[in-house]
Amino acid sequence: MSTATASAPTTPGSPPEEQGVRSWKNPIILSVLSVIALLVFAIGAPANDVTFRLSEQGDAIVLPPIVVSGPLIGWIAALVLLALAVLAVLFTRAGRRIPVWLLALFSVVFLIAFLTWVVGSARTPNVALYGLLAGSVTLAVPLIFGSLSGVLCERSGVVNIAIEGQLLFGAFAAAVAGSLTGNAFVGLLAAAVAGVLVSLVLAVFSIRYVVNQVIVGVVLNVLVSGLTGFLYSAVLTSDSQRWNSPPRLPVIEIPVLADIPVIGPILFEQTIVGYLMYVAVAVIYVALYHSRWGLRTRAVGEHPKAADTLGVNVNRMRFTNVLLAGVVAGVGGSFFTLVAVSGFNRDMTAGQGYIALAALIFGRWNPIGAFFAALLFGFATNLSNVLSLLGTPVPDQFLRMLPYVVTVFAVAGLVGRSRAPGASGIPYIKG
Amino acid sequence: MKLELIGITKRFGSLVANDSIDLVVEPGQVHSLLGENGAGKSTLMNVLYGLYDPTDGQILVNDSPVTFKGPGDAMAAGIGMVHQHFMLVPVFTGAENVALGNEATRTAGMLNLRETRARIREISDQYGFDVDPDAVVEDLPVGVQQRVEIIKALVRDAEVLILDEPTAVLTPKETDELLGIMGQLKADGKSIVFISHKLREVKAVSDVITVVRRGKVVGTADPTASTTELASLMVGRSVSLTLDKQPAAPGETTFRVRNLTVHAANGQRVVDDLSFDVARGEILAVAGVQGNGQTELTEAIMGLQDHVSGSVTLGGDELVGRSVKQIIRAGVGFVPEDRSVEGLVGTFTVAENLVLNRYDTAPFAKGLSMSPTAVDRNAGEKIAEYDVRTQSASAAAGTLSGGNQQKVVMAREFSRPLELFIASQPTRGVDVGSIEFLHRRIVAERDGGTPVIIVSTELDEVLELADRIAVLYRGRLMGIVPGTVSRDVLGLMMAGMPADEALAQFDDVRGGNL
Amino acid sequence: MSPQEDRPVPDNAEPKDDGGGSPTRRQARATARQDEVRQENEVETAGGEIPPPAAPVSAASRTTDEASEASLLERVMTGNALVAFLSVVLSLIIGGLLIALTDPEVARTSSYFLGRPQDLLGAAWSAASGAYIALFQGSIINFEADSFSRMIYPLTQTLTVATPLICAGLGVALAFRAGLFNIGAQGQILIGATFAAWVGFTLHLPVGLHLLLVILAGVVGGALWGGLVGLLKARTGAHEVILTIMFNYIATNLVLYLLTTPGFQRPGSTNPISPQLDSTAVYPLLLGSQFRLHWGFVVAVVATVFVWWLLNRSTVGFELRAVGANPSAARTAGINVNRGYMVAMAVAGGLAGLAGVAQVAGTERVLTSGVAASFGFDAITVALLGRSSPWGTFAAGLLFGAFRAGGVTMQASTGTSIDIVLVVQSLIVLFIAAPPLIRALFRLPAPGAPRSQRRGRSTNRTSASTGAAA
Repeated sequence: MSTATASAPTTPGSPPEEQGVRSWKNPIILSVLSVIALLVFAIGAPANDVTFRLSEQGDAIVLPPIVVSGPLIGWIAALVLLALAVLAVLFTRAGRRIPVWLLALFSVVFLIAFLTWVVGSARTPNVALYGLLAGSVTLAVPLIFGSLSGVLCERSGVVNIAIEGQLLFGAFAAAVAGSLTGNAFVGLLAAAVAGVLVSLVLAVFSIRYVVNQVIVGVVLNVLVSGLTGFLYSAVLTSDSQRWNSPPRLPVIEIPVLADIPVIGPILFEQTIVGYLMYVAVAVIYVALYHSRWGLRTRAVGEHPKAADTLGVNVNRMRFTNVLLAGVVAGVGGSFFTLVAVSGFNRDMTAGQGYIALAALIFGRWNPIGAFFAALLFGFATNLSNVLSLLGTPVPDQFLRMLPYVVTVFAVAGLVGRSRAPGASGIPYIKG
Repeated sequence: MKLELIGITKRFGSLVANDSIDLVVEPGQVHSLLGENGAGKSTLMNVLYGLYDPTDGQILVNDSPVTFKGPGDAMAAGIGMVHQHFMLVPVFTGAENVALGNEATRTAGMLNLRETRARIREISDQYGFDVDPDAVVEDLPVGVQQRVEIIKALVRDAEVLILDEPTAVLTPKETDELLGIMGQLKADGKSIVFISHKLREVKAVSDVITVVRRGKVVGTADPTASTTELASLMVGRSVSLTLDKQPAAPGETTFRVRNLTVHAANGQRVVDDLSFDVARGEILAVAGVQGNGQTELTEAIMGLQDHVSGSVTLGGDELVGRSVKQIIRAGVGFVPEDRSVEGLVGTFTVAENLVLNRYDTAPFAKGLSMSPTAVDRNAGEKIAEYDVRTQSASAAAGTLSGGNQQKVVMAREFSRPLELFIASQPTRGVDVGSIEFLHRRIVAERDGGTPVIIVSTELDEVLELADRIAVLYRGRLMGIVPGTVSRDVLGLMMAGMPADEALAQFDDVRGGNL
Repeated sequence: MSPQEDRPVPDNAEPKDDGGGSPTRRQARATARQDEVRQENEVETAGGEIPPPAAPVSAASRTTDEASEASLLERVMTGNALVAFLSVVLSLIIGGLLIALTDPEVARTSSYFLGRPQDLLGAAWSAASGAYIALFQGSIINFEADSFSRMIYPLTQTLTVATPLICAGLGVALAFRAGLFNIGAQGQILIGATFAAWVGFTLHLPVGLHLLLVILAGVVGGALWGGLVGLLKARTGAHEVILTIMFNYIATNLVLYLLTTPGFQRPGSTNPISPQLDSTAVYPLLLGSQFRLHWGFVVAVVATVFVWWLLNRSTVGFELRAVGANPSAARTAGINVNRGYMVAMAVAGGLAGLAGVAQVAGTERVLTSGVAASFGFDAITVALLGRSSPWGTFAAGLLFGAFRAGGVTMQASTGTSIDIVLVVQSLIVLFIAAPPLIRALFRLPAPGAPRSQRRGRSTNRTSASTGAAA
């Protein structure tokens, strides 16, 4: 078959990307970042040593802390980054794509250099790395659930701005149900139900009544904020012993494995919500790309009409997915009231739902990508908490901004190209 | 499998798209449904495929009545459809597309794509399709995508295959291959419903021809019927296939294109080193199968394309690098290919659409302030002059019929003095009455001394209007031939043969590369 | 009226695209094609039985007029005004139920509901009606007050609260009309307020000039913040919904940071709060010192008139509306779509900036990170309720301003949390966005078939009249 390449005339030997269309965006960004690294992390490096503690005194396995010289790390990292930037320029000039490993390596080295610099510049240049990482994962838990909720919705073609509302309502329901029954697991279940309720409204309005999905999402967030706020002041505060003192979920420590330094606490010393998070990421990933449900979900999100002509009920598929997303986000919401603190507070999700949305986009609508994006955002938040204690030159507001700024860069195509599901946000009307 | 439609009626509101249509498709038969754009063919097939519920009427499969609640039911009954706009998920592989809705699974609903791949290879080998099941569909050529569509139907054991305008996007060569495939399928005992408005193809492949006009069956014909006979049956009256127009009197050459090259965003060269001239008072038609760079050519002239190199001059002024607005101001009139997407703002009023590219000039605006009175006055004049059938000047343009929408676009473009007029598919989806009117206006503009470029994929239209014909193939110019050249020569050129070879093949004495 | 009267936002304001991919031309076309498929069908049907309307215009319009007279009642019954009214009523009822359900007196009486149900119902009624009466007294007229000025004080409070809502709502509405979802009014208000406040407490200028500069700075600040989103969208194709949401949070953190710097932080304070604005930099009070209503409200009225003119009578508005309704056609007609996005977002941001000015130079007089309250998000609901028309937004701003002003009184006098106002507001917008739901709930006749119906209906009517004439 050779004829129909009407729009693809390739002259033999010509490179696939032609001159006028080649993108210099990435090499330029890498170059700028590596120069910043040189100026700040290397030339501006703190003269002292930096200590990263890997374990606590009482741990089963005690590792010695890593002590590194700030300037040394700064210079090595800056040179590596510069080399990578040059490599990126060469790749682009040769008309080839910059390989993923290069970008990944660049990010990791940049991160290490930044961390060394920022901790080194603090009043106490000494940080518990294990705590930093474990804290990041903990903070990322609701983000991961939230962005998985987004994955489920958007992959089937429904934009989910209401993640914030789902998390908040989940948190609220978990607190109330947990308090009334005195059982945190009932709270967990109630959180899932609450998430589904929010989803139900989203689904009914955006699928059944074809109201614009962004509008429904935005309004739902206001509605949940108002409703929980109202009930909080009308009911919860009147008798907080009865309504708002849920038991916390117990931390389940897996013997031996939990003693592994650094990663032990991250992977094997979690509450059930934490373990569910890992399970959810894996299950949703596998199901999305390797199951019949996943194939259909992606089809109705990309080209609903095609799915319809093959007998897939587009709107039912979307409806189910949105409800499922409610379960996921609701469970994520329970983190706030059953794990982080015990009890509900007004607007306690504080925009985490929007960060989850950001993680979803930065993770390119992929469960694994969203997982790592959420981890990064959790890390940024945790770092800003830790650093404000250590006393660093970087205002913590800027670290708190990081998830949002990174997302702006991501959607602007400066950090890789994000391609949303083709039909996301477009209601499907038959015929 | 025998398929029978009895008295199928489909109404949308009070509009009747199909009016008690009867149709019988015998096993192993190619049954063509012939009709103009908008005659109701696609609606009928969507009813048959379960996408629309019929308002009235019955579908019989092997003489027993069936009701299709959705395409799933139709497929289960052995009906498969290849849609005019392919129903393929662009980011899926061929295998994923074929599997969708009919997935082979292992335990717990996990996909078993290996089985699907095997089926694709099997069918591919049987009919010589040459489809790679693991290629992502959006990277495949159009012809191959179409085969994936056919495989989708065959995998589901379709006995009746509906092909909706399958040749619209194909080159003549691909079309011939498709017609061959249809023959093979027929030999295998499959029935085919072939929907088309192209008489040559219908005649070549059909066993029975049913002609549809304005939602009704107006007759059946034998494939041996003459082209004019079929054409008059299709449009409802004897059509004179030629327009009364004087021979061109070309004047000064004011429009020149030199080495024009356009790259698509993905780096593909979609217009490849084109050079040609158009003189005052002549019509240059650009012919070619859809998707061979015509759209990009007109858009490049209009300043609507991003990666353009080469030169386009109008009256000595360079147009490349200028903004769309500047090019419009330079006196270029443009009727875009897709009027509902690019020509009109559907929710704007007719009056607003009539000033869509002049809203900021006198008398419609003074500074930043617009004059509604002037806009309305202009609308009244144009509606009368062009006989636009609309409730009022303040009706939304989207409510007009295709022909009247096109009249609005043409009226707007012709309402200022033009130095160049470009029309892309000027009569696509337009009723016959309006076609004649629009064609006459275009010729009148030529006679007024404007250089005119018409882009059309319809050979009839090209031959009717053109003084000279340029044929594009894969973005390259195959040559420019006189408007009197034969259809066969154009067919060869559209398939990628340079003009001189094509002319030599037919020894066309009138020819000669101009 | 546009044919999509039922929908709060112009048709194409739907994010055609996605959560963040770039709306490349091809994608835009692909989506447009989807619509076109629908259109094609229409064309097909039009080419079917019914010939294109062939009657002369006059005849058609005559019959249409007759039809419209005959169906006046029907049109009221199916019209948007009724749906809007019923949405408000329904939302208030649900809000009232919530108030009643959570009332402690109701809870107490429910324990012996079977014995004396009237106690429960009475308690429920008094809880809900008490709250709503307080809401009314806090927002319109306090008929228990002893002097006229105390009596109308609530009304002036409503107007005061409505001022930033109207300004920011206009910004959201204007962006909607250009096909953009401006979720970012919150950030634009904040940045506008920051600029305005800085001019207000740093520069010391004569009366008049100072306020003028404060207003200008606020508008410029908001316009920059909004315009930045427009620029990013135009240059990179990033989706404005995501951008504006992110920019809200960036703005909050930015302001929090600025309030720790010497240029912004109140001398001697460790809290994130700015110095007071100069007295020359604030809006004069409109009705004397008894009322908080300030000249910002007049500015809001002027802004409404300006937006009306801009959208309906100016070339810029023509461009914006064209870009919003059909970017491809706009581009083909020589309109610079990207510039349209930037202009729309900048003007929208400027209007939100005015809301910021109303806060710092009107009511608050200092800059804090909470100066925008939740006005930016409320503005979205205001614009939606106002159907993106300038005067509709104005009216919706007044309504929500009344809710908010009354909510404060309600909370103070009956202890009902002001959060109920958020619930009622969001319910109103949800219901208004889904007229079929309201019609189904109140068993109202549906106006023809859903969606493309309206378009269809007009043609039908003409064709019907054609048939009659023939």
